[in-house]
Amino acid sequence: MIDFRLYMLQRLSALIMVPLVFGHIAVMIYAVQDGLTAAEILGRTQGSIMWFLFYGSFVVAVSVHAAIGLRTIISEWTAMPMRLVNILCWSIMAGLLLLGGRAVLAVTWLGQAPGVLS
Amino acid sequence: MPDGSPKPETEQRSLRVKVWRGSGGEGGYETFEVPRQPSQTILDVVTWIQQHSDPNLTYRFACRVGMCGSCAMMVNDEPRWTCRTHVDRVLKGDELRIAPLRNLPVIKDLVTDMDPFFDKWVSAEARHHPTADRHSDFAAITPDDPHRLEASSGIECINCAVCYAACDTVAGNPDYLGPAALQRAWTLFNDARDEDGDAILDAVSGTGGCHNCHSMGSCAHYCPNELNPMTAIAGLKRATARRFLTGRGKRKPS
Amino acid sequence: MNRAARPVRGHPLWFAFLAHRISGIALALFLPLHFWVLALALTDAAALDGFLVFTDLTAVKIAEFGLVFLLAVHLFGGMRLMALEWLPWSPPQKSLAAASVGISVFLSGIFFLQAI
Repeated sequence: MIDFRLYMLQRLSALIMVPLVFGHIAVMIYAVQDGLTAAEILGRTQGSIMWFLFYGSFVVAVSVHAAIGLRTIISEWTAMPMRLVNILCWSIMAGLLLLGGRAVLAVTWLGQAPGVLS
Repeated sequence: MPDGSPKPETEQRSLRVKVWRGSGGEGGYETFEVPRQPSQTILDVVTWIQQHSDPNLTYRFACRVGMCGSCAMMVNDEPRWTCRTHVDRVLKGDELRIAPLRNLPVIKDLVTDMDPFFDKWVSAEARHHPTADRHSDFAAITPDDPHRLEASSGIECINCAVCYAACDTVAGNPDYLGPAALQRAWTLFNDARDEDGDAILDAVSGTGGCHNCHSMGSCAHYCPNELNPMTAIAGLKRATARRFLTGRGKRKPS
Repeated sequence: MNRAARPVRGHPLWFAFLAHRISGIALALFLPLHFWVLALALTDAAALDGFLVFTDLTAVKIAEFGLVFLLAVHLFGGMRLMALEWLPWSPPQKSLAAASVGISVFLSGIFFLQAI
């Protein structure tokens, strides 16, 4: 049920995420070595415009990518009417953008003094 | 077609053959005992049943030598050209299960309605858009021209619909044009004598178009002529993406 | 439509398709939880630390490895697909690419196991 427009969005969001996922995996491997703490994560990310851009673009790309992918899967594997599938997947995209945006702000924004955490 | 070394024929005197009977969406399997014969094909088995057990059995065939593409059926749940599929190759135990092609409406017994399959060839714009008239010179195309090689890789298709029956994407999305029609569209796209490459790219870019393909490769896995529609469909995806990114459609022949 | 025959499956590329689809679904389901836990940093940092304590548990470590593995499978599977679609490669080149991807997944798995 996918047309060329959604296909290009799906592939372009995937291309954007290729370097981001490599970076994400590298950071994970590095970060888990001494155990995870809020102070450690936030010490790395808070107040950093670089991490904000990194995770911000990641969230936007993954929201688009996941919504289009789930739309294809639901349309192929269930009998849900297409109109409903579209509504559902727009909501999934909006939900991921909202939750993801909140998470990015939480870990990169200097809204909270680091002292509170320690 | 080489079928490896056949098992000793004397081991088995007869086959238990389950054949799908019914019309429309209704029906069930009926079991027949069929004598084992040397170099027996699945089409031989079906023919024996019609001639000796039940003359009402309906099936479709024509050439019997793998050229016409009319005898494809599901054999033990896999789509096959039955005239060139030896019993030895597909037999598990002493039982065979023969059914009409998947992903197509059944008319009766082993005969499917091929209209949806061929209608999609038209929808994919898989028809020639001529450039020349009778006064034109011949189109000079060298055998090693890359576009000619792309086109040549798909021209042995016999329209048997084995790939269409094998494809899970067709099963999940009835609008999907399917491997055969898209491969034909790619072949024409690469033909220097075809004028309207843009019409082809437009036709394969809709909700049933080439972009639905998940490259699971069942088409190439089961194609009896060992063609690779999946690669052809990837070519169409590449051509549509290229047109989008660069504004250039069909490449002019070199 | 014809109900007579069961689906046709069980060759390597079909399993690659299934792995890509299942890993995609799993990652999409995990994302809201992931985002929610991280957002705790904004609202309740103590709760985030309370949550991160669980990451020391072996079971959670294994689950983490599973998630990284799913991410890697989806990443490499997706790169394979885009290479197949957009690069005019020959079939042997594609086999080589698939083999190298397999090896890199294997190596990164070992590396990650050492890290945790």
